[in-house]
Amino acid sequence: MRMPRVSRALVGLLLVLFLTGPVYAGKIAEREVLDNGLVLLHAEKGTLPIVQVVVVINAGSIMDPPGKAGLSNLTADLLNEGTEKRSAKDISDAIEFVGGSLSVSGGDDFITLKLSVLKKDVDLGLDLLSDIILHPAFRDEEIQRRKAIILSAILQEKEDPGAVASKAFSKAVFDDHPYGWPAEGTEESIQGITRGDIVDFHKSHYFPNNAIMAVVGDLSGDEVHALIDRYFKGWKKGEAARGRPAGYRQEHGALVIKVDKDITQANIILGHRGVARDNPDYYALSVMNYILGGGGFASRLMDNIRDNKGLSYDVHSSLSAHRYAGSFEVVLQTKNRSANTAIAEILREMERMRKDPVGDKELADAKAYMTGSFPLRLDSNSKLAAFLAAVEYYGLGQDYVEKYGRLITAVTKEDILKVARKYLDTKDFVLVVVGNIKETALEY
Amino acid sequence: MKKFILSLLIVLVPLSAFALPVKEYTLENGLKVLILEDHKSPTATFQVWYRVGSMDETTGKTGLSHLLEHMMFKGTQLHGPKTFSRTIQKAGGVDNAFTTREYTAYFELLASDRIGLPIGLEADRMQNLVLTPESVLPERDVVMEERRMRYEDDPQNLVYEEVVAAAFKNHPYRWPVIGWMSDLKELNPGDLASYYRKFYAPNNAVIVVVGDVTPEDIVAKIRKEFGKVPRGQEIKEAPAVEDEQYGEKKVYVRKEAELPYILSVYKVPDIMAEDGFALEVLSSILSEGRSSRLYNSLVYEKQVALSAWAGYDGMHLDPFLFYTGATAARGKDIADVEKALLEEIGKIQKAPPSEREVLKAKNQIEASFVMEQDSNYMRARTIGTFEMVGGWRLIDKYLDGIRKVTAADVRRVAEKYLVKGRRTTGILVPLAREKHG
Repeated sequence: MRMPRVSRALVGLLLVLFLTGPVYAGKIAEREVLDNGLVLLHAEKGTLPIVQVVVVINAGSIMDPPGKAGLSNLTADLLNEGTEKRSAKDISDAIEFVGGSLSVSGGDDFITLKLSVLKKDVDLGLDLLSDIILHPAFRDEEIQRRKAIILSAILQEKEDPGAVASKAFSKAVFDDHPYGWPAEGTEESIQGITRGDIVDFHKSHYFPNNAIMAVVGDLSGDEVHALIDRYFKGWKKGEAARGRPAGYRQEHGALVIKVDKDITQANIILGHRGVARDNPDYYALSVMNYILGGGGFASRLMDNIRDNKGLSYDVHSSLSAHRYAGSFEVVLQTKNRSANTAIAEILREMERMRKDPVGDKELADAKAYMTGSFPLRLDSNSKLAAFLAAVEYYGLGQDYVEKYGRLITAVTKEDILKVARKYLDTKDFVLVVVGNIKETALEY
Repeated sequence: MKKFILSLLIVLVPLSAFALPVKEYTLENGLKVLILEDHKSPTATFQVWYRVGSMDETTGKTGLSHLLEHMMFKGTQLHGPKTFSRTIQKAGGVDNAFTTREYTAYFELLASDRIGLPIGLEADRMQNLVLTPESVLPERDVVMEERRMRYEDDPQNLVYEEVVAAAFKNHPYRWPVIGWMSDLKELNPGDLASYYRKFYAPNNAVIVVVGDVTPEDIVAKIRKEFGKVPRGQEIKEAPAVEDEQYGEKKVYVRKEAELPYILSVYKVPDIMAEDGFALEVLSSILSEGRSSRLYNSLVYEKQVALSAWAGYDGMHLDPFLFYTGATAARGKDIADVEKALLEEIGKIQKAPPSEREVLKAKNQIEASFVMEQDSNYMRARTIGTFEMVGGWRLIDKYLDGIRKVTAADVRRVAEKYLVKGRRTTGILVPLAREKHG
């Protein structure tokens, strides 16, 4: 539904700074590996009669085979469209009748299932959750339905200039690797996916030893174990396929991609390759990114391009650090005829970051935010469940919350200068402009 | 210095599972404070809600409320430009604001040991904002960029804007919160200054605090900082009553787009009216989840739509709208989508929903209230929203009202309100792209 609200900034900082947080005394969850290999994380929170369960399965679109882009996403999408004993309608009606929700979403590294129910309905919730993971039916009729929906959605996405730019950017940065393919697939690839492909994909990736389950809410350890015994006993171990390291674009120099649309703004993305999540430079890069464009109104890009020049409403930079590779990007929208000025300013700020050390105050403020905002990151059960699963997936360790604080605090001006010079590139970049190209009189 | 007396008006005894133990205080200068204590996480939110929104604007000056919201971050006489958000972020917090037709709200989220920080800053910007051409003009450009992004370049949002503008002929609800582009270009610092002086005063504001706080401590801090802000002039609300509609209205938006889209709105009573509860249940039955009627019929069975939905927008001071909408699936005719939407409305007008459907809708509404308690921010937002449109105590009345709705009520309100004479329909007609670069 369209909300008639207008607010000052688009994306909260909490979203931008995924997985950051400092010192937090004590263990935040119990962790154990079950006999079938499933990693179970549990945090008991008894203040509200609700339960949140997050299951992540290492079966994201990085596992899509060549020519079958969209297979991971379609497989996930079909989980709640029918099981051996339940129809799609049975599933939605059962969970919605009790006011709960059960959703599945695709992703590049992993797929995510989220269950949210009142405690009194937790049996029903886990029964449904296990049924859709273990026994999806993948009926032909449902496959055709979801394919049609995805094809319509691919078309509709072309109405969103930001989404068009983002797709073109990923495709250019990741050289023929699934990170560069659209997760939902393309018109051609979707049509080529068969029921056999889907069944095989499910059979070869959906193993307990390839999954993580986080349970947060009004349940004791004993209650969780009893529920897992009851509903996930039949989930058998198997040998899962592994993802492959990503390749980046090979050629050098600036690659400029222009997409002409009859719109008032140029939607600009400028960026390039980045780092994988396990790269030790990730923490220095995170601090650098906060100062450059990740830190909302405290960032240089926002200060220069929005506050001083009034050129854009939303301007930010972000690091996407996936399991096998990553990217760095600056995103903004500005009226077509300001495109050249805005791009020049982005490059100037990137170059400045490469040339001069950041200021003492800038650095101190960035660290203060990144370490001090930790309690907000875990202030609800649903945030905590997602956080636990992600920390486990990326192997950040049980002491991550404490370790993170140390790593961020240790970052120096020299570290930032070093990573800026190593990773920011003002010559070798991908620039995407979606807008009225004639009006932009683009000089790039 | 004058002493201000705090009066503790009421401490609610929980009446039902949902009754909120909100503590309400009013300072002598008219500032109302609502505090909900919740210690489940060491965080809290501090929010200031002003009773001013786009419905307080006048023709030619649309967008003033929202531009002023932006200006609230640009500095005061005491605290220079660019300091507000930076101060909050340095403390590990986040801040933002939003503007609606009736109110404008500012909020901070912080670890609870730092929740005192925004109090002085908020009190300062209630009175001492700097509104000069140097500060206003670049921000006006920012808002124009925001408008381009949200409306000019988003065909479905343009339909929404056009439909609302057509549905209301004399009520100020007819213009968008962000304002018309032609008005934005002309707004000046003088307009903002007089608007600010009129509406930004303690007697026109409500503070909402939710989280890990001790009410007595917070109130003492609020009194210290806000107590010295003088009461503003009484604001006389000029009642705006939308005149009668004489028949269905239809508007078309021709824009570069891929899929046709339809949005039909119906004028309906607000949530304070008795029928509001039944309209809420009706919306849930039509649209909540994949087991709802519109999804089932248009998306799943007939496969004419990519998405189909309904929504009751009743949280307003004056009667507003009930929406129904759908995006056509690839290759489908929007006329068939419109027909399918109207068929579903016809069905629920002819026969009441099943008891199970009504019970499901009630369960969904109640469960969402429980789930929402997981988030301090969402709880504060609910308290603030109810307070702005009629009083926070209506939260309990709302849930009681929902529980009393019967299947017959749902059919009755569908028959009474979802009729041609209350309807305005907008259609997005996609224009083919002329060329690619």
